[in-house]
Amino acid sequence: MLLVTDYRGSRLDALRSLLAFGVYPLQSLASLPVDTFESVSNTVISYVELRKENRRLKESQLVNDAKLLRLAALEKENIRLRVLLENSFQLGEQVLVAELLSVKLAPYEHTVVVNKGSRFGVHAKQPVLDANGIVGQVVRALPNSSEVMLITDPDHAIPVEVNRNGLRTIAFGTGQPNRLHLPFLANNADVVPGDLLVTSGLGGGFPAGYPVAVVDKFESRPDKSFANIYATPKAELDKSREFLIVWSDSTPVVLGEQHKKLVEPSSADPKHAEP
Amino acid sequence: MPSHNSIAAVYFIVTIAAAMVLRVMSIWPAMNIFNPDWIVLVLIYWAIALPERFGVFAAWSVGLLTDVLTGRLLGQYALIYALIAYFSIKEHRRLRQFPMIQQCLFVFGCLVLSQSIIFGMESLKAGNRLSLDFWYPVVSGALVWPLVFLVLRYIRVVARIA
Repeated sequence: MLLVTDYRGSRLDALRSLLAFGVYPLQSLASLPVDTFESVSNTVISYVELRKENRRLKESQLVNDAKLLRLAALEKENIRLRVLLENSFQLGEQVLVAELLSVKLAPYEHTVVVNKGSRFGVHAKQPVLDANGIVGQVVRALPNSSEVMLITDPDHAIPVEVNRNGLRTIAFGTGQPNRLHLPFLANNADVVPGDLLVTSGLGGGFPAGYPVAVVDKFESRPDKSFANIYATPKAELDKSREFLIVWSDSTPVVLGEQHKKLVEPSSADPKHAEP
Repeated sequence: MPSHNSIAAVYFIVTIAAAMVLRVMSIWPAMNIFNPDWIVLVLIYWAIALPERFGVFAAWSVGLLTDVLTGRLLGQYALIYALIAYFSIKEHRRLRQFPMIQQCLFVFGCLVLSQSIIFGMESLKAGNRLSLDFWYPVVSGALVWPLVFLVLRYIRVVARIA
């Protein structure tokens, strides 16, 4: 009981990381059967399937490259416009790829273990993504592994906005896989099924602009002041095995110098053209 | 024999480590909600079979490791396992004479106690409503007790730990 009360502070973190060193081999051992199954099924995948996958990846690579070309131009333009507004610009994010350990902590919680920990600089409250959207956040970083709370955990809430019109609200986990609940929107809110919810960046925990979920049910309750809205997470919470842990470097950069650099080439162009 | 003691300790560590692996393994995701607390079953067995070797403090240490393993508050499982080991050691003479059904009932009681403590702590920590699934491991734990008992007794007889 003493220990439980003592845990209110962070004094026992050192003890926990020490014990975690002893426990980590057990976790990897528990994860081993599923991992070997995955690797074996990867090895015996057929040639035809590989060809198919290769072609699909090449196609998507082409599409993404084209998108990236436009993105680069848009980013430049965005910076330029922000300079005009004398606004600060946020630096890009750094990511680390972490693999899921097939480990179950408590069946009634939506918490998973990934194989990167504080030795890689991971710390609590970091956002975690996968290829499709927000997955959750790091709740505890141990030396070799860290625990990630998924956005569907009943104790989890994430600030979001509707991508279409910028309406801001908070999405709660429900405890069911693939279900989020938005309890704080009025009955006449402009939300329709199919709307994309992205992170709003308020609260500072999650970087802004990442997709979170798609609204799939709008239930207006005439007797209550708020509607019942449910959404399905974009991230494949139960399928992905690779997650991205994000360092959102939100120190604002003063764009004085960059302003000149960006504007000079455009002003320099006519000079080049003159001779 | 002093060497015999250390052999017994090795068996304790190996069986408990195996139980910890089983505790967090998820081979069949649909069955996760029924996954019993294997560690406590192994602890109860050793506490009944060798109460003079396996004490409350050992159970407490195992509990602390389990806390780290499953990401609970430090001390939660330590308290639970120490309590259960205490009851098992106190009653070990009677428990050894019990038929299997009655042993299962005792294990059921221990698991109810353990799960109630976890329930209390989770409720203190957050207002998170726990569903009925939360109590399934109690039943499944009591049902797999005969299996654990037979396997561990086989290990004990083969290894001649007394």
